[in-house]
Amino acid sequence: MSVADYAFYLFALTTVTGGFFTVMARNPVHSVLWLITAFVGATGLFVLLGAEFVAMLLMIVYVGAVAVLFLFVVMMLDVDFAELKAEIAQSLPIAMLIGVILLMELGTIFGTWVFADGAEAARQSITPAISEIHNTEALGLVLYTDYILLFQLSGLILLVAMIGAIVLTLRHRTNVKRQNVIAQMHRDPAKAMEVIDVKPGQGL
Amino acid sequence: MSSVDIQTVLPEILLSVYAMIALLGAVYTGKDALAKTITWITAGVMVAIAIMIAGGSGATSAFNGMFLDDAYARFAKVAILLAAAAVLVVGEATMARRGILKFEYPILVALGTVGMMMMVSAGNLMSLYMGLELQSLSLYVVASLNRDSVKSTEAGMKYFVLGALSSGLLLYGSSLVYGYAGTTDFAGILAAANDGHVGLGMLIGLVFVATGLAFKVSAVPFHMWTPDVYEGAPTPVTAFFATAPKMAAMGLFARVMFDAFGNAISDWSQIIALMAVLSMFLGAFAAIGQTNIKRLMAYSSIAHMGFALMGLAAGTEFGVQMMLQYMAVYVAMNVGTFAFIMSMERDGRPVTDISALNQLASTEKAKALAMLVLMFSLAGVPPMLGFFAKYGVLIAAVNAGMTWLAVAAVIASVIGAFYYLRIVYFMYFGDEVEGVEINMSPAAWAALMASAVIVMVGFVNFFGIEGAAQAAAAALVK
Repeated sequence: MSVADYAFYLFALTTVTGGFFTVMARNPVHSVLWLITAFVGATGLFVLLGAEFVAMLLMIVYVGAVAVLFLFVVMMLDVDFAELKAEIAQSLPIAMLIGVILLMELGTIFGTWVFADGAEAARQSITPAISEIHNTEALGLVLYTDYILLFQLSGLILLVAMIGAIVLTLRHRTNVKRQNVIAQMHRDPAKAMEVIDVKPGQGL
Repeated sequence: MSSVDIQTVLPEILLSVYAMIALLGAVYTGKDALAKTITWITAGVMVAIAIMIAGGSGATSAFNGMFLDDAYARFAKVAILLAAAAVLVVGEATMARRGILKFEYPILVALGTVGMMMMVSAGNLMSLYMGLELQSLSLYVVASLNRDSVKSTEAGMKYFVLGALSSGLLLYGSSLVYGYAGTTDFAGILAAANDGHVGLGMLIGLVFVATGLAFKVSAVPFHMWTPDVYEGAPTPVTAFFATAPKMAAMGLFARVMFDAFGNAISDWSQIIALMAVLSMFLGAFAAIGQTNIKRLMAYSSIAHMGFALMGLAAGTEFGVQMMLQYMAVYVAMNVGTFAFIMSMERDGRPVTDISALNQLASTEKAKALAMLVLMFSLAGVPPMLGFFAKYGVLIAAVNAGMTWLAVAAVIASVIGAFYYLRIVYFMYFGDEVEGVEINMSPAAWAALMASAVIVMVGFVNFFGIEGAAQAAAAALVK
C-alpha cells in the first residue's frame, strides 16, 4: 500500500466514524463536533481526489462557518433533546425500513449501472484535462464565462433570501433610543454644558 | 457570453434590474409608504415586458443551451407575467387593508417571476433548478408575509419544509440522470436515450424529477401542502400561488418531459396519467367537505392540475397545446374568483366561510352573477370557457388512445361540479344568516367582471390564443 492508500483509509475511517457518532452522540454539542470531524475527513478525501478547491471550500465554509453556526444554534435554542430522542425511538422502525429500502435501491442502481454511450466523453469535455491545469484554475475558467447565467441566478437567490430574512424578522421598535453617531460627534462643550453660578444658600 | 446571449435573456435582466432599483429606491426613501406605487409600477413593468416578449419570434438558445427562447417559452412567459401583474393590482387594496402591504411584497413577486421565466426557458437541469429555487424562495417568504398571524407563518414554514424536500428529490433525480447521461444539458440527455433504450439510472432519475415537479404543481400524491398553504397565506398571496407559479410549474414540467426525456414518452406518460387521475378524483372528493373557501379553492386547483396533466400525459403536440390553453383559461378564471374571495369581509375582517355567502345575490346582484359565471366555468358547464378547456384535454387524451383517462376525467368533473354549484346555491337560495360584504377596490371589481366576461364570450375564438398555443406546442414537441 502506498501513502495515498493509507491516507485514503485514514480519512475514510474518520469520515464514517464522524458520521456515525453525529447520529449516535447523546449530547447535541458532541454531535456537532463529530460532524466537524466528518467534514475534516471528507476534506482529506477531496484533496486525495485532486479537488483541492472543493476541499478548501469544505474546510472554510462548512467547518468554519456552517458547523459553528450549528453549534451556536444548538447551544442557544432551548430544545428538549430528551423528548426529541423519545420521538425518534418511536419512529425508529419506520426510519430503519426506509433506510433499508434506500440502501437496496442504491445497491440495485449500482449493481446494474450502465452509462449512456458517450457519457464519459461528455463529462470530460467541460474543462481541460486535470494534467494540464489544476482545478481551481479550471473552475475559474468556466464559472464566469460558460456558467455566468447560473452564477448570477445564485446571486438573485441570495438576494431573495436576504430580503426574506429582513421582511420576516425586522421589527422597528418604538421607544428605543438609537445612537446617532453624527449628532454625537458634532456635540461640543458649548452646547452640551451649561455653567451656572449657584449662589450660596440657594438651590437651583 | 455574447451579445446574442444578453439579448436573449433581456426580459429577465430587465425585470431583475427593475426589482433591484425599486428595492434600493424604496429602502432609501419612503419604504412602506411607497408600497402602493411600487405595486402598480411593478405590474406595469411586467405588462410591458410581456408585450416585449410577445413580439419575439424564432427560437434561440443562449449560454451554451442553458437558456432557451422559443414560442413555447414565450407563450408561458406572457401568461406568467400577465397573471402576476393582474394579481398584484387586484390584491393591492386588500393587502393595504390588512396592513401587510410592505414594499418588499411586489419586489419579491417580481423576483419570483424572474425565477418562473427562467423555469419555462430552462435548457439544462442546472438552470432549471436555479429558476425553481428562485421562484420557490420568493413564494415561501410571501406566504408568511403576515408574520404576526400564526396561520400565515405556519403556511410559510410548511411550504418551506415540503418545498425543500421536493427540491431534494428533484436534485437526487437530476444527479442520477447526470450520472447516466454524463451531461445536464437537455439536448444531451435527449441524445443519450435516442436509440429508444432508457438506462435504469435515467429511469429512476426521471421518476424522481417527475416527483419533484409534481410537488410544485401540487399533483396527488404530492399535494398535501396545498390546502394548508392556501388557507394560511394572505388571500392576495393565495391568489398569486394559484395562478402564475402553477403556469410556470406546468410549463417547466412539459419542458423537461419533452426536451430532456422526449425519447422516453411511454415511460413518463403512464406516471403522469396516474397522477392526473388521482389529482382529479382527490380534488373532487376532498373539496366536498370543505367549509373554508380558500381550502376549497386549493382542492379545486389540485383537480384542475389533474386536468392539465391529462393534456401532458397524452404526450402529443395536440396534448401540449390543450394543456397550455387549459392553463391560460385556468389562470384567467382564478384571477376573477380570487378577486372576489379576497374581498369577502365582515366588519373589516376577512371572512372565508362559504356559508357566509348565503343570500348574497339579494344584496350584491352583479358580483354574485359574475361569481356564478366563474363557478360554472370552473365546474366546466357549457358554454363557459372552462368547458371548452376541459373538452380540449379530453380530446387530446382520447386521440392519444387514453380513453380510460378521459372517462375518469368526465366522472371526476361531474363529482367536482357539486361543490362549485353549492357555492352558487348558497349565494342564490341559501338560508338567511349573518351576511358578508364584498368590499372591492375598482381594480378587483374590474378583474372579477373582466374574468366573468372572458369566460362567457371566450368560446367564440379563445381570444386568439389557440394559434399561439399551437405554435408553442409545435416548438416544444419536435
